[in-house]
Amino acid sequence: MTDVTDVARATTLDPAPPPPAHRRRHHHRGWLATPYLFVAAAVALLLLFTYVPVVNMFWYSLTDWDGLAKTKDFVGLDNYVEVFTRKDIFEVFFVSLYYFVASFVQIALALYFATLLSFSTRFRNFFKGVIFFPYLINGVAIGLIFLFFFQPGGTLDSVLHALHVGSAPYPLWLGDPDIANVSLAGVSVWRYLGLNFVLFLGAIQSIPGELYEAAELDGATRWHQFRWIIAPSIRPIIGLSVILAIAGSLSVFEIPFIMTSGANGTTTFVIKTVKLAFTFNKFGLASAMAVVLLLIVLLVTAIQRWVFPDEKGGRA
Amino acid sequence: MKGTAARTGKYVSLVVACLFALVPILVIVTSSLKTDSEFASTGPLTMPHRWTNFANYVTAFTDGHMLRGFVNTGVILLVSLAGTILIGTTAAYAIDRFDFRGKRLVLALFLVATLVPSVTTQVATFKVVDTLGLFDTRWSAIALFMGTDIISLYIFIQFMRSIPKDLDEAATIDGANHFTIYRKVILPLLKPAIATVVIVKGIAIYNEFYIPFLYMPSDRLGVISTSLFRFKGPFGAHWEVICAGVVIVLVPTLLLFLLLQRYIYNGFTAGAVK
Repeated sequence: MTDVTDVARATTLDPAPPPPAHRRRHHHRGWLATPYLFVAAAVALLLLFTYVPVVNMFWYSLTDWDGLAKTKDFVGLDNYVEVFTRKDIFEVFFVSLYYFVASFVQIALALYFATLLSFSTRFRNFFKGVIFFPYLINGVAIGLIFLFFFQPGGTLDSVLHALHVGSAPYPLWLGDPDIANVSLAGVSVWRYLGLNFVLFLGAIQSIPGELYEAAELDGATRWHQFRWIIAPSIRPIIGLSVILAIAGSLSVFEIPFIMTSGANGTTTFVIKTVKLAFTFNKFGLASAMAVVLLLIVLLVTAIQRWVFPDEKGGRA
Repeated sequence: MKGTAARTGKYVSLVVACLFALVPILVIVTSSLKTDSEFASTGPLTMPHRWTNFANYVTAFTDGHMLRGFVNTGVILLVSLAGTILIGTTAAYAIDRFDFRGKRLVLALFLVATLVPSVTTQVATFKVVDTLGLFDTRWSAIALFMGTDIISLYIFIQFMRSIPKDLDEAATIDGANHFTIYRKVILPLLKPAIATVVIVKGIAIYNEFYIPFLYMPSDRLGVISTSLFRFKGPFGAHWEVICAGVVIVLVPTLLLFLLLQRYIYNGFTAGAVK
């Protein structure tokens, strides 16, 4: 990003010496309504599209509303009891585990490649670009790319066949409930690896080069450099990534919705919520699910703030 | 000796990573150039017979209504970006440059809102959008893109902190009022931050699927994502056309990435860490 002071210097406004005290006080008093006018639109939209829905959601979750009727009956905590006792709702929590495990694979891979590319490498920019690019691709395009990839006789089967790995018939990568979630979690790693990778790479590159030089003089190996220089410096960003991974694996929606619509045991918590609300008109129950998810995410974030208290803001 | 082995291992792992990243996409490109019968009779790894067979692209573009998708996405993109910049920069100006009653509350409201994943509240947001009469109009997506964007506001506030306050005060002495200062001093200096927001948010809007899918079900309101999603039905038996559609959606992203690489990396690093 451009250096701000340079930009400021380049403008026609000459940075004058500080104004006399009485002028400055006048400036600060200003016109009382001014700041409110400037902030009004942002606050109005924030209330309308974040706080009103959150408050409504708590209220809906205590009713049996179908989303259409003019009236709704208060049912207390019945919806919450249903969320935790109905097997078809509760078991979708376990689908998150696949994505949760996958996100650790993703963080490990991102860390590995970020470390590799932080040392001088031929075609460095090319490798960096290729690893990052999938993150920019449209989610529907990714869904279709991998529907093609996993379909019987598709890319994966053909590559395995060409490499003489296993033999036909290959499993139904998206049709077999035992494998489908692994395949989808794999797509998720493919999609999001690039972001973790670029964040880690940025953090590693902000470490002063002299540290490595000093370490090399002391006879440190690459592993030592990673263990004692790189790992401690990027601890905060790894912490942040782990939290995002937990929150992210609970709110997975796009990839399984586009690819399998939640068939073959791939329904995630959010897909279930959306289906209950918009297909089965169970707005009360769906709201209760959303509240449960929201509370879990808030809890996870609170734990993060507690474990890594001083890293808010990172190196942005 | 050990150094050579390590270096080989390094490049082998990088090449393998590239193959994992690229093969699924390249296969889509080659398949999009095959004819109907050619696609049916060859495997995914077979190269197309004729590399200039663009018939599938014509079909995807016309029958798949991709042009309409690009127009809708473009309109929503422009209006939402303009709105986000206006609302975000004015709010950042008020928050960074003024002390006013309720400022701490406003900041707290924004901070807490970053913790609420928007996907969880859609059930209730839907009712708000419906009540406002925005359902099945482009305004639903525009309002949501403008109204749920807190990251942009943080990027603006963070950047504004580094603009020296002397500049505002000098302008005050010259008789400028707050609106003039915002327009003539602050806004021009925020250009780098605006560029970051345009890139990060522009890509996010181009790729957004859920909001247009949920709020704009009419065919005529199809954006890029939903138009491509609808390929699954009518072209379900014609993967070569679907592949062409995927490539059409990919090309703008690839061009943008190649042209603006450095800004994109910086933007996502700034955006993701808040």
